[in-house]
Amino acid sequence: MNKNLPLFEIFIRSKNGLHHKHVGSLHASDPQNAIMNARDVYTRRQEGVSIWVIESKDITASNPEDSDAFYAPAEDKVYRHPTFYDLPDEVKHM
Amino acid sequence: MGNKDLLNYTLQLADDVMILGHRLSEWTGHGPVLEQDIALSNIALDLIGKARNLYQYAAKQEGNGKTEDDYPYKRDVLDWTNALLVEQKNGDFGQTIVRQFLFDCYHYYHLEALSKSSDEQLAFIGAKSVKEARYHLQYSSEWMIRLGDGTEESHQRMQQAIEDKIHYFEELFIPTETETRLIQTGIAPDLAMIKEKAMAKLNAVIQESTLSLPDQIFVQKGGRTGMHTEHLGYILAELQFMQKTYPDMQW
Repeated sequence: MNKNLPLFEIFIRSKNGLHHKHVGSLHASDPQNAIMNARDVYTRRQEGVSIWVIESKDITASNPEDSDAFYAPAEDKVYRHPTFYDLPDEVKHM
Repeated sequence: MGNKDLLNYTLQLADDVMILGHRLSEWTGHGPVLEQDIALSNIALDLIGKARNLYQYAAKQEGNGKTEDDYPYKRDVLDWTNALLVEQKNGDFGQTIVRQFLFDCYHYYHLEALSKSSDEQLAFIGAKSVKEARYHLQYSSEWMIRLGDGTEESHQRMQQAIEDKIHYFEELFIPTETETRLIQTGIAPDLAMIKEKAMAKLNAVIQESTLSLPDQIFVQKGGRTGMHTEHLGYILAELQFMQKTYPDMQW
């Protein structure tokens, strides 16, 4: 059965105000079915308040061979990090 | 009359979900795919959780040191008053879905009404369980549609399952004498109104599934008075094995 069913990537928002996070993947017949499956597989311990699903084939990923060209140039540019600011304790999830 | 009626009714409600929950638990580790294995196990847990609430309430009514465990583990076939539908075998995944869908059509609308019961505890249990039942109905409806309107083989299997199981549907809406008395006092919900809603849902989903109900339906009943099909004995043999082998064991 799994062979005929497409793979979906599952994203869960753990609480309001936070962003959806990738939690894993599962097989389903269609997006609505994927949401039901995700509800059963990934939210049975109150892990979330919202679910996004997308068929895995619709995700375009970067190529590992491009790693050097993509990521290496950022290594020596510390000034791009906002590490010189003091964040108040009240600001969470920054 | 009086308290005895409430006790019997509480047990009747509990027995339905206890047996269906047990049937669904038989799928744990045997589901067709991991996703459905978990889904069916989740529903089993919801139903057994509701059964516990009701058995606890029954034990409280009866007193005399009764506990929730006494009802599922220490009663024989004739004492159980679950409807015949819920004790039917799992069969294939499609047959399990059809059995679940038929029960959910009844269960969801029944709980919706039970949450307005004049009995405070039953109303509380109804309000708590109705959220779970709404998901069960959604789950089984979606699968009815996908399998009924799926491949030629899935359609044919679902049609067969409907024709096998539909005969057990009507029993859910036939009030027992106890229930009739409790309907008058507002403790038990009016089954006629629930049946109307359940039939509307049933027909809508059957139609969307491209399935059809058989022309002739032979109403199978008896569970409510302890007259069960042969399947309940096998369920109890497994469910009560430990209790019968090591009475009142502790660990």
